[in-house]
Amino acid sequence: MGERFCDINLRINGEDISARVEARKTLIDFLRDDFGLTGSHIGCEHGVCGACTVLIDGAAARGCLVLAVQCDGAKVDTIEGLSDSGVLIDLQDAFIRRNALQCGFCTPGMLITAQELLSRGGVPSRERIRDHISGNYCRCTGYHAIVDAIELTAKARESTRAGRDA
Amino acid sequence: MDSGLLASLGPVMTAMKLSPDQPSPLSALDRPNSYIGRSVPRPNLARLTQGRGQYVSDVVLPRMAHVAFVRSPHAHARIKTIDTAQAKNAPGVIAVVTGAELTKVITPWVGVLTHLKGIKSAPQHAIAVDRACWQGEAVCAVVARTRAQAEDGCALVNVDYEVLPAVTDAETALDPVTPVIHPALGDNLTFERTLSVGDPDHAFAAADAVVETTFVFGRHTGVTNESRAIVADWNPGEQRLTVYQGTQAPHMTQNLFAKHLGLEEHQVRVLTRDVGGSFGLKVHIYADEMATVALSKLLKRPVKFIADRFESFVTDIHARDHRIKAKIGVNRDGTITAFEIDDLTGIGPYSVYPRTSGIEANQVVSLVGGSYTCPNYRARARVVFQNKNVMCQYRAVGHPIATAVTEGLVELAATKIDMDPAELRRRNLFADDNYPATSAAGLKFEKLSHHASLDKILAMMDYGKLRAEQAELRACGIHRGIGLASFIEVTNPSAAFYGIGGARISSQDGATVRLDSAGAVFVHSGVTEQGQGAESVLAQCVATSFGVPIERVRVVTGDTDNTPYGGGTWASRAAGIGGEAAWQAGKALRQNVLAAAASILQADPKALDIRAGIIVDADTGRERMGLDEVARVVYFRPDTLPPGFQAEFVATRHYVPRQWPFAFTNGVQASYLEVDIRTGAIKLLRHWCVEDCGTVINPQLVDEQIRGGIVQGIGAALFEHCLYDEAGQFLNGNLMDYLVPMAPEMPDIEIDHVVTPTADSELGAKGCGEAGTAGAPAAVMNAVNDALRPLGAAPITTMPITPERVLGALLRA
Repeated sequence: MGERFCDINLRINGEDISARVEARKTLIDFLRDDFGLTGSHIGCEHGVCGACTVLIDGAAARGCLVLAVQCDGAKVDTIEGLSDSGVLIDLQDAFIRRNALQCGFCTPGMLITAQELLSRGGVPSRERIRDHISGNYCRCTGYHAIVDAIELTAKARESTRAGRDA
Repeated sequence: MDSGLLASLGPVMTAMKLSPDQPSPLSALDRPNSYIGRSVPRPNLARLTQGRGQYVSDVVLPRMAHVAFVRSPHAHARIKTIDTAQAKNAPGVIAVVTGAELTKVITPWVGVLTHLKGIKSAPQHAIAVDRACWQGEAVCAVVARTRAQAEDGCALVNVDYEVLPAVTDAETALDPVTPVIHPALGDNLTFERTLSVGDPDHAFAAADAVVETTFVFGRHTGVTNESRAIVADWNPGEQRLTVYQGTQAPHMTQNLFAKHLGLEEHQVRVLTRDVGGSFGLKVHIYADEMATVALSKLLKRPVKFIADRFESFVTDIHARDHRIKAKIGVNRDGTITAFEIDDLTGIGPYSVYPRTSGIEANQVVSLVGGSYTCPNYRARARVVFQNKNVMCQYRAVGHPIATAVTEGLVELAATKIDMDPAELRRRNLFADDNYPATSAAGLKFEKLSHHASLDKILAMMDYGKLRAEQAELRACGIHRGIGLASFIEVTNPSAAFYGIGGARISSQDGATVRLDSAGAVFVHSGVTEQGQGAESVLAQCVATSFGVPIERVRVVTGDTDNTPYGGGTWASRAAGIGGEAAWQAGKALRQNVLAAAASILQADPKALDIRAGIIVDADTGRERMGLDEVARVVYFRPDTLPPGFQAEFVATRHYVPRQWPFAFTNGVQASYLEVDIRTGAIKLLRHWCVEDCGTVINPQLVDEQIRGGIVQGIGAALFEHCLYDEAGQFLNGNLMDYLVPMAPEMPDIEIDHVVTPTADSELGAKGCGEAGTAGAPAAVMNAVNDALRPLGAAPITTMPITPERVLGALLRA
């Protein structure tokens, strides 16, 4: 049996953190309980619903399937940091205008997952968008509005890029 | 809308082009700055997209402890002993409390209401005492400093059970040889309702054709993304309980906590901030929530309970577990002569508190055949106890079942007499120009628009062309189906729903509006925001009827200390009832403010109006003074007002529908899908809905309510099923094995409206929150059968329609 507690160093939303964590603690509990980063939510704790999606070293990951100790040396970004930095602002705005959220519980995870797709560039088909968010459960919207908002953002970003290149 | 206002609203308005933004054509609502009928973005969305929501899961209080529950692994078992010694010594554990110990703090309850004649149930405890009646019922609580420590403690509680026979099959629950779950009740029958109208026997005998089948609906559940969550904080210094709860009905739970803890209602404050989805699941009171408030009272400190996903599956209400034998009589000319149903439903070991578990079956009896003029109807519904998790009201209560039965029968009848199913509906739906009307079951309709809705959806679908495409593809071995479903929906309920049965569940709702010192308006309302956009709708109503830009309206909901008494959000009532109260309160405040302005301006108040936050001359629109200036004088220089004049800048209005027990809405849905006959897989291609909820206050919010509701209905039709074995063990209580609709399988959904306002309110708005769920399962089921029919497959009338069931139907062909 290994150590019950471990010392870890990581960067959360651009802030360097040193912490002693229980070895069994998940990243999502660590973020929410120890740092008050309650924007990432707990929906199922078995990796299906996607409400706890955060970025670990730039890749979308389930906060409930990763232990905090596994993030030693990693860079973790949550909805709070991504919102403050402004990188999601157009996507968030599209979600608001399109009413692509109702209760909002899935939204932080949905935005981070969508951003991962959008960051690859181009305008994905609606089918491709639906496929990419297939691991994010939304009980309220029926997904149509979410797909609209992601598609609108992709088109807007593409036309901005085209304008810049012209 | 005038262009000046558009300019003044600037970026907000120009940003709204994504959705229809047309002022309502209705003259009564057509104020110069009307927001009625416009897709105003919801004010609370920005913070939710930034992760700045305040869900109960996020609440942390000083000295807060966490509770976890030891839950019965057996469907039915006597609790012989509970050994808590080891758990009490575990790290971080504060208390280990059994059901018997908790009875000293909180009393049990019985989920019955007097208007459901004969309904019976047994006393239910916050934590099981002596006996567990379903797998998942809490038998012991462990309170600790962290949730993890509480769960560690649970693992150390040793319960010695004597396993009892489990009653799980509703079909045999009433057999004399079946054990009676609650011996004091005499049998396992919770509730029975029978109805016979007209002359069904003669109508069936005289019909050219009679079609008979059995519909089976899979027990499923709400799966809110945020599970049930509660933080209870008993403060002995104040003798007051503050409860942070994700609930749809804060005033209702305030009453229940007070009643069962032996407190006065004013000693309980319920706060409901952001709720991570509710769908009817959070309109009930749950035993573990009662236990949490009791534990806080016992331990004199805040206690938090968040159901984890496994607990949610075995404790959140389930719904729709019905087996219905059904029959329709039809003549060759398409006239439906009679409907008959026999419904059997198993609701678990207790009728859920306080709304009872009899309502769903009751609604099925009331709603079957309700869209059609057919005068002959016989129905029986029996509700029985069983040792499974409890069932109760979930989004669209009874409607998806009644609609699937009715519309399933209608399509079978159409096939039988070889008539197009749209045509058969046209020959039997209540005529649009013949209202008021009453259904065979006695439902009273003020005015519906079945035919206009059907015409509209057929045009949207391009029905004729779609049928041609279907036939063409069929020739190439591609099997597509088209399914229709007309439906009605109960909305805006009066006291007829619960109040008359003795439940302290308010059907009226109130709104208080207040002008602040800078000319902005606060609205306090008894309805609650569950993500559906109630706060937007309230703001739109007040901004319009009072006369300010919507940015100057702030809405406060979800606080029993600071909102007028009201029912909350359920049965599609928030906009129709809460919105009307807010509309009227805004009007009243306008009169009060105009009286003050007139006094300052030495003018006739009738000659003034408030538009876009400015006092203007009513006839010319000439600006006279800003609201901020009126407020400044009233609040800071009242000495300059004429003697005897007292301004009142708070106004409250309440509203409850009085002319009609319910504001019925109607609509029609259609599904277009493809069945892979090799795998049984169903691909949803398109889905349409035309809905009539009266005045549409916010088109975007209405459409998204319908879309979300449809997908919930699709889940029931194709995926969702709480599977139990014969011993009452829940087999798939997790999100890996219980399938919910995810994005790739769902279609885009096209929506349109017919607008028939109710005359019961000035706004004329009816509800729309459940229409999608009501009609979708029927439309999908009919489309599947439409695809399979030419292959000789027997109609599939069991949900969810899994690939296995599709292949089974094809094998039998």
